[in-house]
Amino acid sequence: MIHTDICIIGAGPVGLFAVFEAGLLKMRCHLIDALPQVGGQLSEIYPQKPIYDIPGYPEVKAQELVDNLMEQIKPFSPTFTLGERVDHLDKQEDGSFVVTTSDKTHIHAKVIVIAGGLGCFEPRKPVLENLDAFEGKGITYMVKNPETFRDKKVVLAGGGDSALDWTIFLSNVAQKVTLVHRNETFRGAPDSAAKVFDLANQGKIDLILSANLKEVGGNGKLNSVTLEDKSKAEIKIDTDYLIPLFGLSPKLGPIADWGLSIDKNAIEVDTRDYSTGVERIYAIGDINTYPGKLKLILCGFHEAAIMMHSAFKYVYPDQKLSFKYTTVNGVNSF
Amino acid sequence: MVNFIVEDNDGNRQPVEAPDDMGFSLMEILKASDYPVLATCGGMALCATCHVEILEGKDGLGDATDAELDQLENLPEYFPTSRLACQIRISDVLEGAVIKLRGEDVV
Repeated sequence: MIHTDICIIGAGPVGLFAVFEAGLLKMRCHLIDALPQVGGQLSEIYPQKPIYDIPGYPEVKAQELVDNLMEQIKPFSPTFTLGERVDHLDKQEDGSFVVTTSDKTHIHAKVIVIAGGLGCFEPRKPVLENLDAFEGKGITYMVKNPETFRDKKVVLAGGGDSALDWTIFLSNVAQKVTLVHRNETFRGAPDSAAKVFDLANQGKIDLILSANLKEVGGNGKLNSVTLEDKSKAEIKIDTDYLIPLFGLSPKLGPIADWGLSIDKNAIEVDTRDYSTGVERIYAIGDINTYPGKLKLILCGFHEAAIMMHSAFKYVYPDQKLSFKYTTVNGVNSF
Repeated sequence: MVNFIVEDNDGNRQPVEAPDDMGFSLMEILKASDYPVLATCGGMALCATCHVEILEGKDGLGDATDAELDQLENLPEYFPTSRLACQIRISDVLEGAVIKLRGEDVV
């Protein structure tokens, strides 16, 4: 069990800056994110895009802003659980919470801050009958540990960079790799595409173009994938694994079941302190809504500052909060 | 003003009227009309959550750009007249078009 003062769900820019505001008040933070890296959509979707409305930065690249935020919060030694989704939130008798992730990591915190942006990024799934039945039993949407596939038969589906990269990587690990792509060409990185065609020409992988996933089959565990080609002919492939790689899409996920007031996929908050209707749970950044809400990073930063001052009473119930400027007190690390 | 038809995920068709002189994208109009369009990236053709299929009136709109095709290709499913709504400017070429929402469910 990880123990912390404040558990922040979502490690995007607002979640990261919240660590700084908490740190000034001597409150420790643990962050959880479903993505394997920090930065939220800035790192995942548009790392190289310039942002023009961060105060003090006429222009800053999204990833650069994330890197700077990580530098800024370093004095407060935040801890992270990445690549795991928050599944459960259990209130304890003393008012604190235990958070449980998809990989059964437990985090005990006095305060919960939801800074989840648009929700957690989850893999897009192909529309196939019985897909659910084989999830975790041969169908997986990401390669967490390549060794899982050693000496196995693997079918990958997709045409983007991750499909190309994993095909190349797994060609040296798996017994047999088949890449299925709906078009004749790839729009991903030209070098990777060329490598995939080379591997196919050398007979190291099977490359099936102009084909779509049609069916999955098995008996408790996946053992075949059926494709349909341009001429509607079916191709059945025996396999141990299917890895569909069709990108990520944000979903609100389990947050929707925590008894919070939700309007159009956003959590309604009290603008005095960005608290939700549940005591000790706050929501900041793109995931909250209130009259006049603007989904801007700078608004999320403001919300983080106000919210942490409100949360102080739960972390230090016997202390009086006195407001201090960093220009007067500096940044006192811990 | 421009008038076109939007077909939602359940197949219901509704007329939509939009101003053609304010530089809006189709994605912005769909969101403002309370259609379930996530528009995660805010209109940079980087997420494909505003995927639409142009059922009628494709001719004036032209083809999807390279940036759109890069995103569409990542989706489990797309169609010959698929576009990203964020890359379509509201203009008179949309008059009478029929647009089907193809973005995934929001929740």
